[in-house]
Amino acid sequence: MATADVAHHEEHHHHPSGVMRWITTTNHKDIGTLYLCFSLSMFLLGGLMALVIRAELFQPGLQVVDPHFFNQMTTMHALLMVFGAIMPGFVGFANWMLPMMIGAPDMALPRMNNWSFWILPFAFTMLLSSLFTAGGGPAAGWTLYAPLTIQGGMGVDMTIFAIHMMGISSILGAINIIVTIFNMRAPGMTLMKMPLFVWTWLITAFLLIAVMPVLAGAVTMLLTDRHFGTAFFDPAGGGDPVMFQHIFWFFGHPEVYIMILPAFGIISEIIPTFSRKPLFGYTAMVLATAAIAFLSFIVWAHHMFTVGMPLTGELFFMYSTMLIAVPTGVKVFNWVSTMWRGALTFETPMLFAVAVVFLFTIGGFSGLMLAITPADFQYHDTYFVVAHFHYVLFSGAAMAMMGGAYYWLPKWTGHMYDEKLGKIHFWLTTIFFNVTFFPQHFLGLAGMPRRIPDYALQFTEFNVISSIGAFGLGFAQLLFVYVIVKCVRGGSKATDTVWEAPRGLEWTVPSPAPYHTFETPPKIA
Amino acid sequence: MSPFRVSTAVALAWSGAALSVAPVPANAAWGLNLPTPVSPIGREILELHNLIMLICLIIFIVVFGFMFYSIYAHRKSTGREAATFAHSTKAEVVWTVIPFIILIGMAIPSTATLINMEDTSKSDLTIKVTGYQWKWQYEYLDHDVSFYSSLATPREQIVGLQPKGEHYLLEVDNPLVIPTNRKIRLLVTANDVIHAWWVPKFGAKKDAIPGYINELWTKVETPGTYRGQCAELCGKDHGFMPIVVEAKSPEEFDAWLAGRKQGSSLEHAAATAAAKQWSESELMARGEEVYAHCAACHGVDGKGLPGAFPAIAGSAVATGPVEDHLTLVMDGKPGTAMQGFKGQLSDIEIAAVVTYQRNAFGNKAGDTVQPSQVQSLR
Repeated sequence: MATADVAHHEEHHHHPSGVMRWITTTNHKDIGTLYLCFSLSMFLLGGLMALVIRAELFQPGLQVVDPHFFNQMTTMHALLMVFGAIMPGFVGFANWMLPMMIGAPDMALPRMNNWSFWILPFAFTMLLSSLFTAGGGPAAGWTLYAPLTIQGGMGVDMTIFAIHMMGISSILGAINIIVTIFNMRAPGMTLMKMPLFVWTWLITAFLLIAVMPVLAGAVTMLLTDRHFGTAFFDPAGGGDPVMFQHIFWFFGHPEVYIMILPAFGIISEIIPTFSRKPLFGYTAMVLATAAIAFLSFIVWAHHMFTVGMPLTGELFFMYSTMLIAVPTGVKVFNWVSTMWRGALTFETPMLFAVAVVFLFTIGGFSGLMLAITPADFQYHDTYFVVAHFHYVLFSGAAMAMMGGAYYWLPKWTGHMYDEKLGKIHFWLTTIFFNVTFFPQHFLGLAGMPRRIPDYALQFTEFNVISSIGAFGLGFAQLLFVYVIVKCVRGGSKATDTVWEAPRGLEWTVPSPAPYHTFETPPKIA
Repeated sequence: MSPFRVSTAVALAWSGAALSVAPVPANAAWGLNLPTPVSPIGREILELHNLIMLICLIIFIVVFGFMFYSIYAHRKSTGREAATFAHSTKAEVVWTVIPFIILIGMAIPSTATLINMEDTSKSDLTIKVTGYQWKWQYEYLDHDVSFYSSLATPREQIVGLQPKGEHYLLEVDNPLVIPTNRKIRLLVTANDVIHAWWVPKFGAKKDAIPGYINELWTKVETPGTYRGQCAELCGKDHGFMPIVVEAKSPEEFDAWLAGRKQGSSLEHAAATAAAKQWSESELMARGEEVYAHCAACHGVDGKGLPGAFPAIAGSAVATGPVEDHLTLVMDGKPGTAMQGFKGQLSDIEIAAVVTYQRNAFGNKAGDTVQPSQVQSLR
């Protein structure tokens, strides 16, 4: 009877094939794949721009690009990585995994899901084509500070509209995730039984809805200042350049956690599996995630201690920022305790997870140092900051996604990836990452400002090392692409559980996961 | 604040973390820590920085000591079974409360330093610092002395046609001069976009924001030349607007200031003498020198950067009515990087550079501008 039902059901699905399948799809797995492929391609493109930057900085003097184009590269690299690689990457994981983790047949709003993805290629086409307009692309940094942004050419307007579109895409995606989690859980899947990845995404989705409109407001004010005679940020017209920074960072700081909380979620799935132990302190992990999200709204001005805030303001933002160390520490302690007295093995996903905990913590500590306002006056806008945020964004967010990709690839494709190549990719990435970014701490402390195309001779040695590391790091990612392609095309057959007794509903369905899963809700013990 | 003598320990730790770097002289190319400060605030910051970093390092070593022990001892390949424990309220409370207490320990000295930094009262000398794209202006407010300070590194060194000098990119034509052991208050602002005035050895950094006047103070104890850079992205030549400060003993400073006042009256005399009629060749020669101010954006060849910085070669302004050209150069164009130069250049300099722009790069306006014309527009 059941078999007949399935057969009957599938007859009524007229899946378009070829390109139309991907354009018209409302299937969460297809859309997840689209998001992940998009994210990977933006990651490679943004990385290419980073290599232009590092090539110019390999030696003092101007050799490769002119300063104006250099500024476009730093700006575009950041916009691509933040809005093109990391955010869509995590949405891709959410699309693939959330329904399978909570026992739902699909996302709650499948057509909106399709739309929220397909906005992105157009947004990024517009953003990237700004590079070819007269005056070039945006060159004022991804933070788009006024009044510098007011000076740019038409490329800035294209960037503003592209950001509007990315914001719409993110908000639609976030709504879909919240609705799915609240309404589509299998019977018995109470909130406090949800996998931590689901929890981190639920909280992230609320952050997205709260702050993406703030960013949209900020860039809209830039647009009207540029073209319609307003003076929001122009002191000559009664405006205030610092107000832009307050609005931007009210978006920008929660944005930092939008980019890291889902990474915490992925790590919290991987570590228990390869420790063969349940996640230590589940409740504390959920509460810590919520605490970080709350604090993210009251710390924004620590990005702008040097603008000349009153002493009381500086003290408030210093204390509130330091507080973030507490829930973040709780997370790290819980991960280590999860490993403690487990039975550990180190397949590629686990290697990435352990490296993320280790390296992200370095970024966390430099973040704590940056929170100390008097010291921040020395660090602010130097390479120390560049090193700090690459330790949280690359070895936090990006490497967590790589770990997640290796972890779930067998479930997605039905094949095991090449473990040996995966491990080589891990070691190349980790080593070159540190060669690239660790010396940047020293450069910043020695006094090298960020966003400069040329530097004084005393900064040469560490810049040479950093550039060599960057090229190694960049080329190592081609191996990642190769491993993925190889795994999609074939490989040894993955079992349903893939790993030794992993927890979670996604491991109860076959590998590869069928096009439709959990059309009948699973039973939750 | 108690003087924490942890710098040595921290320097050792950094060296250990770095790639086994050879002996490290202070502030040399392989410098690993903040440069040796020469002001009380700089020193307080360095001590604070060393203290915080040491605490972080200790916590880091303890936490990851546990993790690496676990990685070593709790491997499955040792044939062990995984334990099953999964929570401990006691542990969660402990590792919430202890970090909180450590943070309070960090916040106390930080607060003390911050209060000290923000106290700009009772200063001995006030200097106004204005950021421009891409140079600095210094005004000694009580002494009627004011000058601009821009990059002195020749273009040839930047593009690799000449070997780079010792202070490559960190040298200026007119450094800021301050007396040692005096509390100097700097009023920091900007004319066009946001810049940031920063000298690492002073521990002094503040954003220069149009429409705002920010304050900071410093007191330099050791005479010498100190170098820094603009620390806020301010457009194309953000990397090319260094800060150089010469700290002189109070006596030498007073002598310098007196000489400078004379210097500015000499300039004044030169400006009045400019009432004479200048020949085209004189104007063109002088204008070519002054054009260095324009070349940063409009290019040495006057071709600009299409879309970002307009060309002068063949432009409507440089070939149109001379009054419009003068007004643009003198008052600038709001909302763009084009600043007004009437405060920066003398009558003869403006006359010369406008004459040059109208008759160079293939422009053939054929007219000359006299200083008197400029003066009548002021």
